[in-house]
Amino acid sequence: MLVNQIAVFLENRQGRLYTMLGALSDAGVNVESLNIADTKDFGIVRIITDDNAKAVAALSAAGFTTASTNLVGIEVDDVPGSLTSTLGMLNNEGVNLEYVYSYSRKGGKALILFKTDDVKRAEELLK
Amino acid sequence: MKYFNEKIETMSRDEMSALQSARLVDLVKRVYENVPYYRAKMDAAGVKPSDIKGIEDIDKLPFTTKADLRANYPFGTFAVPMSEIVRVHASSGTTGKLTVVGYTARDLDDWAESAARALVMAGCTKEDIVHVSYGYGLFTGGLGLHYGSEKLGSVTIPASAGNTMRQIALLKDFGATALACTPSYAMVIGEEIAKNGLDLSEFKLKRGIFGAEPWSDDMKREIERKLGIEAFDIYGLSEISGPGVSMSCGGDWGLHVMEDFFYPEIIDPETLRPVPDKTDGELVFTTLNKQGIPLIRYRTRDISALNHDVCSHCGRTLVRMKRVSGRTDDMLIIRGVNVFPSQIESVLMNIKEIVGSHYQIIVDRVDNLDTMEIQVELVPEVFSDEVKKIEEIRRHIEHDMMGNLGVGAKITLVSPDSLPLSMGKTVRIIDKRKQ
Repeated sequence: MLVNQIAVFLENRQGRLYTMLGALSDAGVNVESLNIADTKDFGIVRIITDDNAKAVAALSAAGFTTASTNLVGIEVDDVPGSLTSTLGMLNNEGVNLEYVYSYSRKGGKALILFKTDDVKRAEELLK
Repeated sequence: MKYFNEKIETMSRDEMSALQSARLVDLVKRVYENVPYYRAKMDAAGVKPSDIKGIEDIDKLPFTTKADLRANYPFGTFAVPMSEIVRVHASSGTTGKLTVVGYTARDLDDWAESAARALVMAGCTKEDIVHVSYGYGLFTGGLGLHYGSEKLGSVTIPASAGNTMRQIALLKDFGATALACTPSYAMVIGEEIAKNGLDLSEFKLKRGIFGAEPWSDDMKREIERKLGIEAFDIYGLSEISGPGVSMSCGGDWGLHVMEDFFYPEIIDPETLRPVPDKTDGELVFTTLNKQGIPLIRYRTRDISALNHDVCSHCGRTLVRMKRVSGRTDDMLIIRGVNVFPSQIESVLMNIKEIVGSHYQIIVDRVDNLDTMEIQVELVPEVFSDEVKKIEEIRRHIEHDMMGNLGVGAKITLVSPDSLPLSMGKTVRIIDKRKQ
């Protein structure tokens, strides 16, 4: 399945994350997953919300730069080794992953999200 | 040794004026005959070489600017055939194009003489060991002091810049008595000595010859304390020749100008008219004896003042110029390298991933070394969820900056519209060194 993610540019300045989250809560957007990739000078916040269109509008209005990306999402059993075997298969097929993260949903299943430059092929392989 | 060239350095005003007059008359003839650029400029101003009978006629001549040198890049203002040129130096100009200067053998000799006189003003003799930590290369600092020191006959250590621990070992082992470098580098050396627990008594340093960037009296005292030396201010610019155009003798008013070679004037930068002695204005030089690239009334943009009184400290009659207090343009000097905001802007304008017109420059001094940060705004369309791609853009800008400015700048990406908009002469530069 494809999951839409919003990436937000965050300059390295105190209170930026707080301001960003404030813009989302003011717009009534619920954040389901939040993940920060940071460097010495800036960060990229990756979020998934209950209404990404509304979130992008609210963030743009508050002066944030955003980029929308589709990630491939797979549900795996919450037991040891289940992610390893899936990633092993993608690796053998030569699918390159830019980054991976997970978030747990209610009900014992973990959702693994990953960014790849070949979404179509990854999806086919995972069917 | 009190003077390197007593005759010139203590010459009466009348004798000096006669020498300057003879040289100016000859200079104007030479450039009119040999440099199309000067001929056109003088013709346009309606001045003929025969109108210039002495130094008092100098204000009939048109000014020369850095822009003129740029327009004639690289060798258009040279006044002798290339076969007569024996060396070329260059410094950065306003648009990334270098300002190029060429020297004949006699020019190099005059420059070495100027630097030798400067070293003697700082108390050096041929018994000294002069450690030169200015950069050697297109920059005039290293080679300028190098040949001055050789001309004087002192032992010359061509250490060049960088690798501070090795510099300190050399200073100690070779027993250097004089150090020539930028004031900020002198601070770095002083701090490293302290940090490594070395005792100043292990060194023989007595004096320092520091220049090529602005420094305060506080910094001077700090360097003197850290290195246990007396610090002297040297001034120069590559267009005129390099370090040694003027030099402090340790007296409390300014630097003596080698005015038999480099004739100084102070003008009002608005009216372009000369101002009285001891009045601030823009410093203008005419290179009276130069062959390679003679400059007539070259506007330095440096703010200074002149004082023709005989120096009570050293007895020299050479006119003194006040230590440069600022500039009439927005040039920055970063670790001895001239940087113009317009240069930075032209680099940024060529990078499509950022909003070129929005930027801010922050200059600071961290651990006594100049730092420059340039904040830029990313174009929203190129923003990506991958750190790698954003970092690539940042590194690309840093690489282009280094290539164009000749000095490194840290690029910081900031949110769109977070930088002040350009409104004519917006304050885009925050120079924390001045605070």
